Amino acid sequence: MAAQSAEGGLSFDPMAQFQVKPLGGDGVVNWFTFTNAALWTSFAVAVVFILLVVGTSKRAVVPGRMQSVAELAYGFIYKMVEDICGKEGVKYFPYIMTLFMFIVCANFLGLIPTAFTPTSHFAVTIPLALLVFLGVTILGFVKNGASFLGLFWVSSAPLALRPALALIELISYFVRPVSHSIRLAGNVMAGHAVIKVFAGFAALTIVSPVAILGITAMYGLEVLVSFIQAYVFTILTCVYLKDALHPSH
Amino acid sequence: MATETTQGDGLADAIGVAEHSGGSTGMPQLDFTHWGNQMFWLALALIAIYLILSRVALPRIAAVLAERQGTITNDIAAAEDLTNKADAAEAAYDQALVDARAEAQRIIAAAKADMQADLDAAIAKADTQIAAKSAESEKAISEIRAGAVESVKAVAKDTVKEIVAAMGGKADAKTVTAAVTARMKG
Repeated sequence: MAAQSAEGGLSFDPMAQFQVKPLGGDGVVNWFTFTNAALWTSFAVAVVFILLVVGTSKRAVVPGRMQSVAELAYGFIYKMVEDICGKEGVKYFPYIMTLFMFIVCANFLGLIPTAFTPTSHFAVTIPLALLVFLGVTILGFVKNGASFLGLFWVSSAPLALRPALALIELISYFVRPVSHSIRLAGNVMAGHAVIKVFAGFAALTIVSPVAILGITAMYGLEVLVSFIQAYVFTILTCVYLKDALHPSH
Repeated sequence: MATETTQGDGLADAIGVAEHSGGSTGMPQLDFTHWGNQMFWLALALIAIYLILSRVALPRIAAVLAERQGTITNDIAAAEDLTNKADAAEAAYDQALVDARAEAQRIIAAAKADMQADLDAAIAKADTQIAAKSAESEKAISEIRAGAVESVKAVAKDTVKEIVAAMGGKADAKTVTAAVTARMKG
């Protein structure tokens, strides 16, 4: 693709925006090096802090704008956890809120031009998904003991079908972290890459109006995707948590 | 993927497309040399966010929401209280009105009874006075009547004497009196 439109001195590498680069130093990336990924991850933490701590510092009975947003986020996730997991799930609310706030802030910060999006990396989403998967599996066994395996034994199905269903259930259970992580990173990455491709075409005078229109449309879509993917990740976490708390079908 | 990448690089080199710093191609997501770094910062961020949320933000927001709920509940209770008070005041007003009306009725009845008693007494007094007056008059009339009868008798005797004298007789007083008395009776 680069070759086809390169006659105007175009250069586009839609994946370059995802490169992890050290900020300062000698270019070596150690595990503790402060990279652009680390910078934007820190920004996400800062936004969470500003929104949920600074925004609510007045503790107003009639909330201002920031406090309203903080309360909306709180109510949104709290209700989600309570609706899906029931009353017993409420004590895991801070963990789920942590996941949601990190993902949603990282996603939206990634929409700033030239920003780095931590959630577009499998190095971020796979640990997140594994954290949920391992946490939920361990919790399931701790809470229910061996009866947690009843999750795979569909007691409402005919007895002859149950072994086959158990196999399918087992496979789908282990596919969970894969789909959980790839869905988030894939959506974010794809949207950002498509915007970059449109941006590359915008340098060509003939197609630039179309390209700029495309960027605008994709950006709007990405705003939606940023929230929806955070929502989907969180709601799936709640569903998995529900399975751990009430494994019977 | 690998062949594609090399091919892309080759094409890029061939037509002089600007090289990016770092020189990594394909998906940076699959460059595992950065994973340790990204996971380290992710862990740090998650721990930081968890501490911020669980220590400060969530208890605070929960407190604010509870306080708001409490304020709303209190306000509603206060409003209900005031409504009840207004209802009580209205009931008291109605009761006072009913009482005042009853009192007025009572006063009117008492006044009516007083007036009736006065009236009855006055009528009775007037009746006795009238009765006394009529008795007096009756007496006077009967006296007059008696007087009149005597006068008629006397006149009749005199007249009889005169008539008898005029006819040349001599009236016997005893006979005349008896005759007149007999006539007067008849």
